[in-house]
Amino acid sequence: MKAAAFDYHAPESVDAAVALLAELGDEAKVLAGGQSLVPVMAMRLGRPEHIVDVNRIEALAGATRSNGTLRVGALTRHRDLETDVLIRDSVPLLARAAPHIGHFQIRNRGTVGGSLAHADSAAELPAVTVALDAEIEVRSSRGSRRIRAADFFVSIFMTALEPDELVTAVHLPVWGRGCGFAVAEFARRHGDFALAGAACGVQVDGGRIVRAAVGLIGMGGVPVRARPAEQALTGADAHGADLVSTGRDAVAALDPPSDAHGSAAYRRHLGAQMITQALGRALAEAQGQDRNPGQSQAGGTA
Amino acid sequence: MDVNLIVNGERCRARVEPRKTLADLLREDLGLTGTHLGCEHGVCGSCTVLLDGLAVRSCLMFGVQADGSEVTSVEGLAGDPESLSLVQRAFQETHGLQCGFCTPGFVISVTAFLAEVPDPTDEQIRDGLSGNLCRCTGYQGIVQAVRLAARLRREERAETSG
Ligand SMILES: Cc1cc2nc3c(=O)[nH]c(=O)nc-3n(C[C@H](O)[C@H](O)[C@H](O)COP(=O)(O)OP(=O)(O)OC[C@H]3O[C@@H](n4cnc5c(N)ncnc54)[C@H](O)[C@@H]3O)c2cc1C
Ligand code: FES
Ligand code: FES
Repeated sequence: MKAAAFDYHAPESVDAAVALLAELGDEAKVLAGGQSLVPVMAMRLGRPEHIVDVNRIEALAGATRSNGTLRVGALTRHRDLETDVLIRDSVPLLARAAPHIGHFQIRNRGTVGGSLAHADSAAELPAVTVALDAEIEVRSSRGSRRIRAADFFVSIFMTALEPDELVTAVHLPVWGRGCGFAVAEFARRHGDFALAGAACGVQVDGGRIVRAAVGLIGMGGVPVRARPAEQALTGADAHGADLVSTGRDAVAALDPPSDAHGSAAYRRHLGAQMITQALGRALAEAQGQDRNPGQSQAGGTA
Repeated sequence: MDVNLIVNGERCRARVEPRKTLADLLREDLGLTGTHLGCEHGVCGSCTVLLDGLAVRSCLMFGVQADGSEVTSVEGLAGDPESLSLVQRAFQETHGLQCGFCTPGFVISVTAFLAEVPDPTDEQIRDGLSGNLCRCTGYQGIVQAVRLAARLRREERAETSG
């Protein structure tokens, strides 16, 4: 359980890091929180010749907000998603997802960029970015580009990232008033990767659902966005929404993995339940924040 | 590569291969074998140390990454080697350990946990302990240790402030 030998580089700027990646090509691996890469190296599933440690690049950490978008730097730690007030207020779904990632000792090191680049479909943050239509900002010595989350996750543990590209940030939309967010997942033990889960956002105006976002965790080779569920909910009366059938319909056409932890059918069953739970909580929160609850026509109790 | 860091309050210098983890640096180069290695891939928590005050897995960091940082291992918790920290005393009193293999990791994690959640509920305690595995105790004594440590800690604080 010891990593093979490698050359260690610790650049202090993004420019220096991408120059190294350009020079070293696919012999190099970026090291961020190390919570996935170091185990891979210890088990010799990967033997990079060069490690480009980005932990000294201060410009990669932290969040800023402008024009209705939150930009979260790649080196922002999972812990900061819970504690940073700007992040929590701007994109609450990030703060709700973070406590589900491993244990606090893992969240103290693990980073947003690392989670996205690692692209585990059972991970929380990829599902959040897909649900919210986030864009992933990447840089190489050739320049900078933004990739929509839906296009970033290509297949199992595969992303659209080129070997010389560094994830520098993720851009997420800030929703307006009347919103609610929730993450529900089922894991065998607390802190384990989930067998199935859902990350949801709902916006309510005048007693009606005006926006819904549903991202699924562990329900396919890539994080899945449950568009049929979103479409079924959008425009629906917030009180009358049938979340049980929404959950059931959302997973009907999915083909989640079947393995020692659970069969595909079991995962579909859990996935439906998690969607129903997460939507229920998100909807309750959104209704509490509804700007115009009095305008609700059908929902008598509003 | 040369690494300069502060370990348990003392400046240390070591020359290490980049592939060596922080746990190996502590154990082999600095002779601090209180930090234990169980799984070496982040699952068991026995290697947990404080890095600039935050609990982290020392098996998931390379030693060279700790250059310029401050590390606290179980040896440094009490301040002097002859005494026990409050959390260590609580483990001793409640039988929060049997073989003791997992204990350094638990003690470090609990120290960090109580700094953030000084008055935890039982549910918060169990959540806070979820990143450390113990194969002996069945966890009941450990949960009690955290309850006791939280109480002792609050009493100590009340005394010093009042
Ligand atoms: C015990 C345990 C439990 C865990 N449980 C969960 C869980 O429940 N949910 C979950 O989501 N995760 C979990 N994780 C994984 C954890 O979240 C990782 O931190 C995360 O997946 C990777 O982030 P990192 O910053 O540690 O990346 P690293 O491990 O440093 O890197 C991971 C991969 O991403 C690449 N990379 C990293 N940063 C960049 C960048 N900026 N640009 C380009 N490539 C980059 C690396 O080259 C590597 O291939 C767990 C880990 C452990 C050890
Ligand atoms: S040895 Fe580090 S977590 Fe098990
Ligand atoms: S006391 Fe033996 S492993 Fe915990």
